[in-house]
Amino acid sequence: MPELGSLVSKVRSKNAGPFWLTVDVFCDDPATYARVRDGLKDATVAKLFGVEQQLLKRFDIPALNVVKFSVPRPVVQGTRADRDMHGAGWACLLEELQID
Amino acid sequence: MTRVLIPAGALGLGYDRAALERGVANRPDIIAIDGGSTDSGPSYLGRGVSKYSRASTKVEWRELMQARAKAGVPLVIGTAGTCGADAAVDWLFDITREIALEEGMQVKVATLKSGQPKERVKAALGEGRLHALPAAPDINEAIVDDCTNIVALAGVEQVAAALATGADIVIAGRTTDTAIIAALPVVRGDHAGAAWHGAKVGECGALATTQPNSGVIQIDFDASGFTIEPMAADAAATPYTVSAHMLYENSDPFILHEPGGHLDVTRSEYEALDGRRVRVEGSKWVPGGYTVKLEGARIVGYQTVGLAVVRERRYVEHVREWAADVEARVRDKIVARMGLAPDAFTVEIRLIGMDATLGALENRHDIPVEVGILGILTCPTAELAAEAGKILNPYLLHHPLTEDEPMPTFAFPFSPAEMQRGALYEFCLNHVMELDDPLAAFVLETHEVGHA
Repeated sequence: MPELGSLVSKVRSKNAGPFWLTVDVFCDDPATYARVRDGLKDATVAKLFGVEQQLLKRFDIPALNVVKFSVPRPVVQGTRADRDMHGAGWACLLEELQID
Repeated sequence: MTRVLIPAGALGLGYDRAALERGVANRPDIIAIDGGSTDSGPSYLGRGVSKYSRASTKVEWRELMQARAKAGVPLVIGTAGTCGADAAVDWLFDITREIALEEGMQVKVATLKSGQPKERVKAALGEGRLHALPAAPDINEAIVDDCTNIVALAGVEQVAAALATGADIVIAGRTTDTAIIAALPVVRGDHAGAAWHGAKVGECGALATTQPNSGVIQIDFDASGFTIEPMAADAAATPYTVSAHMLYENSDPFILHEPGGHLDVTRSEYEALDGRRVRVEGSKWVPGGYTVKLEGARIVGYQTVGLAVVRERRYVEHVREWAADVEARVRDKIVARMGLAPDAFTVEIRLIGMDATLGALENRHDIPVEVGILGILTCPTAELAAEAGKILNPYLLHHPLTEDEPMPTFAFPFSPAEMQRGALYEFCLNHVMELDDPLAAFVLETHEVGHA
């Protein structure tokens, strides 16, 4: 199975304020979008980011060929345990995820 | 119709100067730029300081003041000095005064301060007028008392009041990213949904175009929608770049909460007018109760960090057990020699090259060439953190993997290898405060600046 990052044009993660993290998966075309939408399971993504599944917000946006996830930040931005002030590194977890 | 010229996503980031000139020549009604964000972390709000250098800020702010004088319209900045604390407003006001004197300008400056007295926040907490947003931390009076700075995010009402003074320049403390752009269109009766939506698209400057680094964009707001056009010759706004911008740093790409209501772009339509301009209609503003979001930062400890690099293969291969051993020994020695209680401080080693970015979430486990050993000590005072750093230092330099092997020496990049980080701040508020009068929590003043 290929890694998600090899199928899509970009995976971007960013803070959405200090308490939330948002991850956007940009697909180039509707076929890739449909594959990514169906291949990314909520439970898998929640586990990848270390959050409970019911806290995961998901937006499938066909107009943009984008699948977007938002989660409460696994650790709040800038706290002692935070390792990534801008939250950009979390994108790698999705990029390297193998999907059907 | 209201034409807003936005020079960049933030003051200090730079922009295309020819594009700014083009924007000024197009006769805008106002020039608006954001000065900050929480994105760089809680230290800036905690200390009330700017992330960008004073020198860079002054160079760019001078050019914007000159552009303003040429255009003869107000110049407004929101979230001055990265964090929008009162001290950051004073900092930019000071720079403004210097520039006015140097340039022989005479300008009326309005300052809008967003700093919140603790008593006001505690009163709101006690009266049930403070409401937690999703994923907010627990708060109480003691936490509010601990904050070194609390700011409220101003909306269009407060920015409009500052503009209504007739000020040439408005230096606002913390505002929502959108308020400085939406204020004038809302006041002039342009479409409210368009005002907020266009402001959200424009708040990062040219990020919503094909040339993000060019900075400068122009947005025309009218009775039914808005039109966005980048000012750089080689930049284009497309329906994709404009609509995709709602994804950026937003946990919900369709709804944006603002003081006094929310924006809903679910039914917005994006149309390319030509190769570089986009028209947007159908955005909706939904009025609600009047609340302002609060941000606060407090000190939770003081840190010393130490950095060493392990290159020897055997140590790299066993670096996790080595690091765990160092952590335990340093912890024990701090208790034994400094007399600190075990729960009064923390010792953490992050392994750069292994999992320093993602920690326990990391899924890759390759063996790297070398590993950066980042030791982080967090103590109740700066003096204790400095002392603890000196206990850590010899372990980072020489700690052997086993008892019966020659003493190793690792690579220290500096002398000393440990560095004082100062205070560790935390964001401790993610709440909104109800206000009966939008202006009640903000301080608006005007100043005549420069040569009379």
